[in-house]
Order: sequence, then C-alpha cells, then structure tokens
Amino acid sequence: MSYLEYVRSFKLPHSWCPGCGIGTIMQAIVRAFDALGWKHEDIAFVTGIGCSGRMSTYINANTIHTTHGRPLAFATGIKLAKPDKHVVVVSGDGDALAIGGNHFIHAARRNIDIKLIIINNSVYGMTGGQVSPTTPQKFKTQTTPYGNIEPNFDVIKLAIGAGATFVARESVTRPRNLEKLIEKSFHHKGFSVVEAISNCHINLGRRNKLKDQITMLRWINDRIIPMNVAKKKSPEEIKDKIILGLFHEDKERKEYTELYEEEIINRARGKE
Amino acid sequence: MRKVMPGNETIAHAAIAAGCRFFAGYPITPSSELAAAMSYLLPKVGGKFIQMEDEIASMAAAIGASITGEKSMTATSGPGFSLKQEHIGLACMMEVPVVIVNVMRGGPSTGLPTHPAQGDIMQARWGTHGDHPIIAVAPSLPREIYLETIRAFNLAEQYRNPVILLLDEILGHTYEVVDIPEPGEYDIINRKLPPKGLNRLDFYTYQRDEGDPPLLPNFFMGYNFHFESLAHDEMGFPTTDPEKVDRITRLREAKIEKNKEKIWKNHLLMVEDADTVIIAIGSVARSAIAAVEMARKEGIKLGLFRPITVWPFPDEPLREAITEKQRVIVAEMNLGQLKGEVEKALRREVEGLNKVNGVPISPKEILEKVKEGK
Ligand SMILES: Cc1ncc(C[n+]2csc(CCOP(=O)(O)OP(=O)(O)O)c2C)c(N)n1
Ligand code: SF4
Ligand SMILES: [Mg+2]
Repeated sequence: MSYLEYVRSFKLPHSWCPGCGIGTIMQAIVRAFDALGWKHEDIAFVTGIGCSGRMSTYINANTIHTTHGRPLAFATGIKLAKPDKHVVVVSGDGDALAIGGNHFIHAARRNIDIKLIIINNSVYGMTGGQVSPTTPQKFKTQTTPYGNIEPNFDVIKLAIGAGATFVARESVTRPRNLEKLIEKSFHHKGFSVVEAISNCHINLGRRNKLKDQITMLRWINDRIIPMNVAKKKSPEEIKDKIILGLFHEDKERKEYTELYEEEIINRARGKE
Repeated sequence: MRKVMPGNETIAHAAIAAGCRFFAGYPITPSSELAAAMSYLLPKVGGKFIQMEDEIASMAAAIGASITGEKSMTATSGPGFSLKQEHIGLACMMEVPVVIVNVMRGGPSTGLPTHPAQGDIMQARWGTHGDHPIIAVAPSLPREIYLETIRAFNLAEQYRNPVILLLDEILGHTYEVVDIPEPGEYDIINRKLPPKGLNRLDFYTYQRDEGDPPLLPNFFMGYNFHFESLAHDEMGFPTTDPEKVDRITRLREAKIEKNKEKIWKNHLLMVEDADTVIIAIGSVARSAIAAVEMARKEGIKLGLFRPITVWPFPDEPLREAITEKQRVIVAEMNLGQLKGEVEKALRREVEGLNKVNGVPISPKEILEKVKEGK
C-alpha cells in the first residue's frame, strides 16, 4: 500500500498557503498510517477549526470537522463508543490550548487512547493572525500591535502535568523525524501528544520580518535543538531553545476505555 | 410493570428501552438524577456513560458516539442548555441523531436552580445560531414521559436531527407511580443506513428528495464518510457555492416541515364545547387538567389544548381545534413565549397567565383567571 491511500486525492489541491507547514505534517501523518498499515476504514480522524482543522477534508478515513476547540470532546465520544478503533485528532495551538484547553487537560487526565497532534504555528492562522497561547513574547499580531506581553504555555509540561502518557515535540523542519515520532505516538496505548512546530509565514511571519516560508523555517531551525544535543549543553545555552524529542512515555498506566471495560462494565454485570 | 420514580429516572429507563447506549453529561440541578441513573443503568447493558468536563464537551461526546451508530443522549438544565447550543447546531448541520433533555429551571443565568420554570421554549427553538430545523417534545404525565422519551429517540433517528425533551423541575423531581409500558406497546425506530459494500462515490449522501432525511453511513462502515460543520455539498465536503448552500439549508428545514403532521402530537381535553380553552405544556398542563375538572363540576365550560410536540409548533392543529368565538388563555411559567406562537397561529390576541417566580401555577389560579372574565 502507498501512503496516498490515506489521501482523498479528489479533494486536492488543498486550501493551505504555498509553503505552509501543515502540508508537511499531513504527509508525516499519512506516512505513519502507512507504516503501521492501519486500515483507513478503522481510523477516525477528528479536527477542530482553523487552518489545521482543514486537514480532515483531505484524509481518506472516517473524518469529522468539528467546532473550534472541541475535537477532543468529540473524539472522546467516538473512542468510548468504539474502543477498538484508532482515533486521531489534529488541532491548532489556539484550538487545543486556548478555547480547547479544558478538553486538552481532561483528555490527558483520563489517559484515553486518542492520538493528538497539535499543529503549533504560534498564531491564529485561519482568522488572519491574532495572538495565541504560544505566540512568542514581543511578537506583533493583528491583536497585539504593540507586541505580545503574555507568556507562552509550555505544551510539554502542561501535557505531562495533566497526565498524558506520551508527550513529544518535533518540527516541520525535520519531516522524517516528525514522521517517526508520530508513528511512535500511534503505537502508544493511551493519550499521546505530539506538538508539531509549524510555520505561518503568511499571518505571523509577515508582521515579524519573517514574511516568506524560507525565512520563517530558518528562524524555526535556529531555535530548535534535538534533545540529545540539548542534554550536553548548559541551561544557559538552551534557555531560549525549543527542545525536540520524546519527553515522556508511560506504558504502565491503564488506558481509559480498557479500565472502563474491566472496572465498570464487568462490575455492573456482576463479573468482577 | 409499575414503579415509583421521579421523571428524571423515568427518562433514564425509557432511554435504555429505546436503545440508548451512550450518555455524556455534566451535573446540574434539576437534571442530575438522570445522569446518575444512566451511570448506573448503562454499563449493565454494555452501554457507556461519561461525565465530561462541561456541557459543551458532553454535547460533543454524545454526537461523537452517535456518528459511530450509538443512540446517544445528554441531559442538562438552564445554564448547561445555553452551553450546549453550539453543538446542537452542529448536530443540525451534520444531521446527526441525538437526544437532549432540558429540565427547565428559573433563569436567566444561574437563576433558580431548584425551582421550576418554562423559560427555555424559545431557546429550544432558536438557541443555536442560523436557520436550522428542530424538534422539541414536552410530556406532562409519568407514563407519557416514558413514551415521549422513546419517541424522542425515534424522531431523532428517523429524521437525523437533534430532538429536545423539555421537562421542568416539578416533572423531573416529583416521585410518581409510572405505569411502564411493555416493549410491544411502542415502536422502536432505527436510522436508515446505506447498504454495505457500495463504492464510496456511488451515492451522494446528502442528496435526497425534499422532505427526506439524508442516508448517511455511520463511522467505520467502510465508507470513509466526512461529517462537516461548515456549509457542505451533497457529498459532505465544504462548499460556498450559493446554489448548493441554499439547497442543503432548505432540505434540512424541509425534512421536518414536510413531516410535521407526523411529528405533531396534541392532547385535547373538552375543547369542542368549551367557552374558554387553556393552552399549556409540561407541569402547568397538569394543573390545567385539574382546573378543567374543577370548572366542569361548577358548570363552567373549560377545555385544554396541550401541545406535546412543541416544535414544530402545532399551528394548524390549533387553528382547526379552536374557533374564533372561544376565549383562549395560555398558562405558562414564563412571560409569554408560547403565547406569542399561539397568537401567530390563531392570528389574534389571546390572554396569558404567566408566572416567573419559581412557584408552580396551581389549578385554582387557572380557574380564578377563567372566572375573572376578560
Ligand atoms: C467558537 C468559535 N470562536 C471563534 C472562531 C473563529 N476561529 C476560527 S479558527 C480560529 C483560530 C485558529 O487558530 P488555531 O487553532 O491556532 O489554528 P490555525 O488556523 O493556526 O491552524 C478562530 C478564533 C470559531 N470558528 N468558533
Ligand atoms: S494562514 Fe498560515 S497556517 Fe494558514 S494556511 Fe496560510 S500559512 Fe498556513
Ligand atoms: Mg495556530
């Protein structure tokens, strides 16, 4: 099988701007599907609203384009109803961390077997470039004309703190690593989070002297540092760096729908 | 079988009899007992219950389960009903069957959590944004609560639309003897599905004759179907084509509008010879039934028109049942939400008996209003 089996080629060309990182992330996802050999009819692919959310149109699987911020809540219903299916969620940084922040921490807390990929382009891309919970400080956006004063969410710490059992970060500037990491997260049984650092040169870059794809990808590339390299550096040297890699993996904690079956269904039916 | 239980529990038992196998909720008075009953009953039949992080999420989870083929439900009251609105609209847009129970309490805002009201009649119709079809039913009597719950699921499945079951605090909380119908005494309707094994592109799912619901597959049936919250074409994919958007918006309306005669259900009590007709729903209608009995004993010709289906509003049945000469009083625990619809239907002004203080409308109050004269 080819990874193109997981693409609705009849819906192409896609609607993303030329050079947008979302396409790279989509390719990593469908390649991971292919590597695992998942049957597309067994995959539920759920997205929120935003440029990232548009991915559900192009993925050849059972797809649903939900509301802004809430794809994880829909995915929870799907997974709990049909625990033997694969449930994958793609959500933007605004989608997952601002309007959907509550659903994010609670899905993590439950450790329900949903594979979440957060496309972190540090901005509200779809709506024209407003500040998001991951916009760098001092950056100009449509709604921070004097520069952003708000600190960022650390997605990794947030996910680990909330109880996610697989937490990792990669960048569109390293597509092969991204693909491998997504594949690894798909193997994981439990709530997994992959933060994919992406570029929105159109709506974030152009206001911050990063107005074309190459300039913005270089800027990302200068800031990222793989975990094994970072380990050899002093805290001072990596202070402003974005560390990439697998931060947390817990294979011991029981997954939610398994627990549901074992503890609740069995007890309710008197078969302890 | 007879059982003593409050309306909230009756709904839970009826939902399971209707085939409901998924419930997602968030606690709120006066609906919480319904979630509690579902948390106990559903796992016994292999169903799933989940308390989500809020009402937005519970509405979402119920829709998520429904698109996989499970009959699903959520329950709430006032503030929670407000929170569910965005996703009620999404279920209308995607044409996903789902049942929403709203046990009405005093509002607006946190209002009167432990007191009855009927202030959400308009929110049930127009709570979510945009033009959309909706069905809402409002039972009054214990056995009727059971049967209307089953009918709510049937209507949701048949028309692929959210159906709102409206109760109020009194009906939700009052313990009453329920004469539970046997399985043979009601129909169970399941959504129609496309046959398995067709090529994905062989049929245009949202395409249908005017008045029909669409024939959509469930997730994991092998069709890789796309459910879309944006305006979509006949295949379910986003479109801004004015002609297509117009057509599908009207088709969604039409599936309820063209079938309203089958969806309407009204209870008429001594309307024909009445000088005065009360119009009421829910617990107020219970008081109205008692008022009619009291009035008739005194020789006062009082009747009751009780819509059980509130939306689509029974305008034609009202016009057929009520004559120009009859005095009409709409009794409701709000400031005239039903009255406005009645006036629109009858094309004349009618009287209102309205209470918004958290205290039920008694039979005596209705009778007094009747005697007061115009
Ligand atoms: C309830 C609601 N509020 C606001 C919006 C408008 N809106 C659409 S996308 C979006 C932000 C998207 O940002 P992000 O989630 O980061 O996705 P991106 O476009 O960057 O991929 C907003 C605010 C909406 N659709 N729904
Ligand atoms: S606006 Fe930004 S995120 Fe959206 S498609 Fe264009 S580059 Fe990508
Ligand atoms: Mg973004």
